[in-house]
Amino acid sequence: MKLLVPVRRENRIVLGVAFFIAFVALWFLVTWSGAVPKHFLASPWQTLASGWDLFATQNFGHDVGMTIWRVVGGFLLAAVIAVPLGIAMGVYKPIEAFFEPFVSFARYLPASAFIPLLILWVGIGEAQKLTVIFIGCFFQLTLMITMIVSGTRRDLVEAAYTLGCKDTGVIRRVVLPGAAPDIAEALRQVLGLGWTYIIVAELIGASSGIGHMITDSQALMATDHIIAGIVVIGLVGLLSDLLFKKVNQQLFSWSLLR
Amino acid sequence: MSQLSIRDVSKIFPGHKRDTPPTQALLPVRLEVADNDFITVLGPSGCGKSTLLRLVAGLETPTTGEIRLDGTRIVGAGADRGVVFQSYTLFPWLNVRQNICFGLREKGMKLSQQREISDRFIAQVGLRGFEDHFPKQLSGGMQQRVAIARALANDPKILLLDEPFGALDNQTRVLMQELLLGIWEQAQKTVMFITHDIDEAIFMASRVVVFSARPGRIKAEVAVDFPHPRHYTIKTSPEFMALKARLTEEIRVEAIAADH
Ligand SMILES: Nc1ncnc2c1ncn2[C@@H]1O[C@H](COP(=O)(O)OP(=O)(O)OP(=O)(O)O)[C@@H](O)[C@H]1O
Ligand SMILES: [Mg+2]
Repeated sequence: MKLLVPVRRENRIVLGVAFFIAFVALWFLVTWSGAVPKHFLASPWQTLASGWDLFATQNFGHDVGMTIWRVVGGFLLAAVIAVPLGIAMGVYKPIEAFFEPFVSFARYLPASAFIPLLILWVGIGEAQKLTVIFIGCFFQLTLMITMIVSGTRRDLVEAAYTLGCKDTGVIRRVVLPGAAPDIAEALRQVLGLGWTYIIVAELIGASSGIGHMITDSQALMATDHIIAGIVVIGLVGLLSDLLFKKVNQQLFSWSLLR
Repeated sequence: MSQLSIRDVSKIFPGHKRDTPPTQALLPVRLEVADNDFITVLGPSGCGKSTLLRLVAGLETPTTGEIRLDGTRIVGAGADRGVVFQSYTLFPWLNVRQNICFGLREKGMKLSQQREISDRFIAQVGLRGFEDHFPKQLSGGMQQRVAIARALANDPKILLLDEPFGALDNQTRVLMQELLLGIWEQAQKTVMFITHDIDEAIFMASRVVVFSARPGRIKAEVAVDFPHPRHYTIKTSPEFMALKARLTEEIRVEAIAADH
């Protein structure tokens, strides 16, 4: 192994899949040997069967769809405001000085702690779920984008000025294209963050969604369903992540050159 | 006509913390650069050469004095002064042609015309076939050639170059000097070229301006009268050697002073 040398594509896939197999094998071992009782941890096979059952007979597809829409909806709301705000804060330092301390403070407010309040304020409908995701994503995203934009190469900005750009031209033609790959990467990471909040939001006061299914299963001690739900969350998250990565690579191929 | 007039310009940088003293980077400098002149500015490291260039470019404001180009006072950067920086400053998300067209597009020029102009400069700096390459796919010397083409394509009144070949190996550097000189001989532009390389300073200049150690001021101005077009072989002529010996001595004193 050489330091920082990338692995070939095929090898990367093989290595990545290998760990999944190892993980499932271990899972199989601890359940099959009886080291962990069945009603605490369902076996891989049992989980798969339960997962199938969930989709086939209990309309779990609808739950998954609801959860995805809530995450994406809340995330998009956050992004639509955070991206322009972060850019403005990054390039105009007085704006940063105005918002940054508050945003930094708000970032540490745990989004899940707002759930009881939000239920009071906006009820247990979709608005509550979207707001939780929004709170969880917005402040984080704003700060990340501010930092990315602040890191714009000064020499490129100066070069643009000497080529005749005015402020708006510099923002449009230097700051934005330069920051775009990192902003896209920040969006990808924050979308992942959204997934960690949604389940909590759905554990309380929801009538659909993966989180709701998990609470229901808890009442029935159906650990196999819970685990199947968790695995589905992981898979959907992984899928959206891969998709995001792919799109980023397509859009910003220049940033991959070394 | 493009005449640059630097009138008693000095620059003091404030200390960046409260207890650090301000830096006098430049003592008042007075310098006239005539139309189509090629001046090189020679001086030891840290003497304020870049500072002077950045003042002319409008990227810094003078502490005292003023700079005029064709009689108009310089405030802020503008397309009338093209700059080639010491570091590589091509836009990494644009390919060679798009980089060269950057200023043209800002002017709102028609695409066909942008293409025509960029074609001409791509050919002139010898980068035909590399139009679609991105900066990271080019060597350092090629990147600086694109930077020169990008500045020239904008048709500035004056071209400002800050040690553009400083990071290049000797052979490449000599080739680039000839290339730039060739362009200047054809295009006739006012050029201010900063370097700490004495050979380079003499070879290209119609006048060498020697700076003292920091805080910088102009110590000597030496006219260079070799005829154009110049060939690199003049570097071994006795006249060249004599000039070089003289400038070496001037610089040596300053380098020693800078050391203390
Ligand atoms: N933005 C700045 N803030 C504070 N001091 C500065 C700034 N820019 C330059 N200086 C100081 O001004 C002096 C001259 O710097 P300058 O970059 O002009 O030197 P130079 O002649 O171009 O040197 P070199 O040949 O090494 O590039 C240096 O002492 C430097 O520390
Ligand atoms: Mg310098």
